[in-house]
Amino acid sequence: MERVRLVHGNGGRFSHELTERFILKYFTNDLLAPLHDGAQFPVTAGRMAFSTDSYVVQPTFFPGGNIGKLAVCGTVNDLAMNGAIPQYLSCGLILEEGLAFDELDEILHTMSDMAKAANVQIVTGDTKVVKKGEVDKIYINTAGIGIIPEGIDIGPHRVKAGMDIILSGAIGDHSIAVMGQRFGLDLSDALKTDCAPLNNMVHAVLDKVGPQVALLRDPTRGGLGTVLKEIADQSQVGIKVEESAIPIHAEVQSVCDILGYDPLYLANEGKVVLVVDPSVTDEVLSILHSFEEGKESVLIGKTLDKNIGKVGLQTAIGGVRLIDLLGEDQVPRIC
Amino acid sequence: MKKLTLQEKQNSADALLKRINALHEPGETVRLMEVCGTHTVSIFREGLRQLLPSGIELVSGPGCPVCVTDQTYMDKALAYAERDDVIIATFGDMLKVPGSYSSLSEAQTKGAHIHVIYTPLEVVELSKKYPDKKIVFLAIGFETTIAVICATVKAVHAAGLKNVFFLVSHKLVPPALRALLDKQEGHIDGFILPGHVSVIIGEEPYRFLPEEYHIPSCIAGFDGLEILSAIANILEQRKTGNFVVGNTYHSVVMQKGNPVAQAMIKEVYDVCDDAWRGIGVIPNSGLRLKDAYAAYDVERALPIQLEKPSLDPKGCQCGRVLQGLIKPSECPLFGKSCTADHPVGACMVSVEGSCAAWYKYGYSSGGSTWED
Repeated sequence: MERVRLVHGNGGRFSHELTERFILKYFTNDLLAPLHDGAQFPVTAGRMAFSTDSYVVQPTFFPGGNIGKLAVCGTVNDLAMNGAIPQYLSCGLILEEGLAFDELDEILHTMSDMAKAANVQIVTGDTKVVKKGEVDKIYINTAGIGIIPEGIDIGPHRVKAGMDIILSGAIGDHSIAVMGQRFGLDLSDALKTDCAPLNNMVHAVLDKVGPQVALLRDPTRGGLGTVLKEIADQSQVGIKVEESAIPIHAEVQSVCDILGYDPLYLANEGKVVLVVDPSVTDEVLSILHSFEEGKESVLIGKTLDKNIGKVGLQTAIGGVRLIDLLGEDQVPRIC
Repeated sequence: MKKLTLQEKQNSADALLKRINALHEPGETVRLMEVCGTHTVSIFREGLRQLLPSGIELVSGPGCPVCVTDQTYMDKALAYAERDDVIIATFGDMLKVPGSYSSLSEAQTKGAHIHVIYTPLEVVELSKKYPDKKIVFLAIGFETTIAVICATVKAVHAAGLKNVFFLVSHKLVPPALRALLDKQEGHIDGFILPGHVSVIIGEEPYRFLPEEYHIPSCIAGFDGLEILSAIANILEQRKTGNFVVGNTYHSVVMQKGNPVAQAMIKEVYDVCDDAWRGIGVIPNSGLRLKDAYAAYDVERALPIQLEKPSLDPKGCQCGRVLQGLIKPSECPLFGKSCTADHPVGACMVSVEGSCAAWYKYGYSSGGSTWED
């Protein structure tokens, strides 16, 4: 089996070979084609969003995806959460000496598929190779630029009391799928990462009712609980959510029950929390429902003008539990 | 088991709360101890306290396995962790528990090889993967966990593995309850008994509660409805004066428990006295590997001497919290020098610890008050 060697990062013939055989096989567009030190493109008037994220997931391949899927969707979604339409991505690869070319090929293939699905172009990049053991197979950094359409203003400053909070589907799938793979748990085949580009769905919403959307957040690391608490703090509102309204797939709930995890703090890679004016809630829900990645969208709660900075979760039996930021990583309980 | 719909859950909760209100005399204080840490967490997670009449107080007991693990045990675990030829295999909960001078997570950052396991049987694979190392498993936990660890000891024995050892500090629940009552320090009107422990031991070992101490108790499951129904059961016993070991967790707890697991525990372990954090030595509350399995007891197979004496953290009131004598918020360190991010005492470390639960669901969210 052919593997990545340190010489593939030395900038010479071997680097060219790696670029031509693998990277250009999947990433082809007019802006990348000159293979210059950067991409050049025209800009329009208005506002842009710029975001970056590094991906170091272990294991590199997991049910329903791999690090490449995360690397494209993660940055695309961060741009979408700013209300921006993602345009261009950069891609920095840090490869471990000894990485199998087959695995690199599969990751790049996935990145190319995801870029197509998200309608973005990967226009510049860089590849480094480090000694065995210095990274775990492959680390990826992506940065992205997106254009914010006129009339769209998304941010914590827009959230006021009396708004509705919508969640685009079930929580915890990504965490449990990755963890199951990492620890060799024998889980149901149905359990896959939810990782997906959300920009097309988000922009369908913004196209129709953009001015009525105050905030978009993707509950990745830290989970839904952390995002809700951050909204309450940053926007100085109270938040009340209904526990029974929050969708959780049975497989995820079972693993949480066994290991003592709180699904509210599990990471998601294909979900969005929308804070919207109640006048558009029904319309937003019906738009979300028309997308595969949003078909389980539900109204989960409201912002309040009391309990400022607090998140209260109404439990099925009528009690209220306060939700805090995630602290230490969750560990399996003993009994 | 059929899953209740939301409406069914709400109806059951309403009916149970009605019953509890009818059984509770206004103005009367009833202190019920939930023995198990999982119950403590459920009570917060379901928001039970604000649903109960104000006179019914729920106090946390000594049922968090990490919390009751003695300081000397942690110091021994750390001493083994420092050896180059040792891999510590442990439940993740133990990593942050402070020993007298360090913690396992601190030792890990300094290069100790510590492996977090999801099931004790993972030690068998570890043993094969690292044949040149000694795998030391931190065998703590109550009856529920003991049964699984017994199966592990037997699996290690059957496979003829020579490099797996156990640092044992299991704890038994019934002797601890007896010790709490014998101390006569805090007043307890009833016990909400641990569901999972009872799956193993059944109802019998709790008989002394009604028979010798005339105190009502009830075995409970872990969701809000199951806890409410145990509270109603205990209040009913108080009302009628007919004290028994109630069981509202019939779906999984048999009167005689799990005889297979009980037999296995008897085969592998002898009962011994054991030290509980902040409480001291409780007679017959611990377990020791039988002589037939002595080769796997790390303290006998690879004895060590602790260089420095074990010290409890200064000012830490974990012992009083574990006995239900004070609320976590009454400890002078709570929320000040002892927080979830920088815990001083074990009760703040474990997810099942009562201080951690009070902190997470109350204090750090800006107080436990919610305005409706």
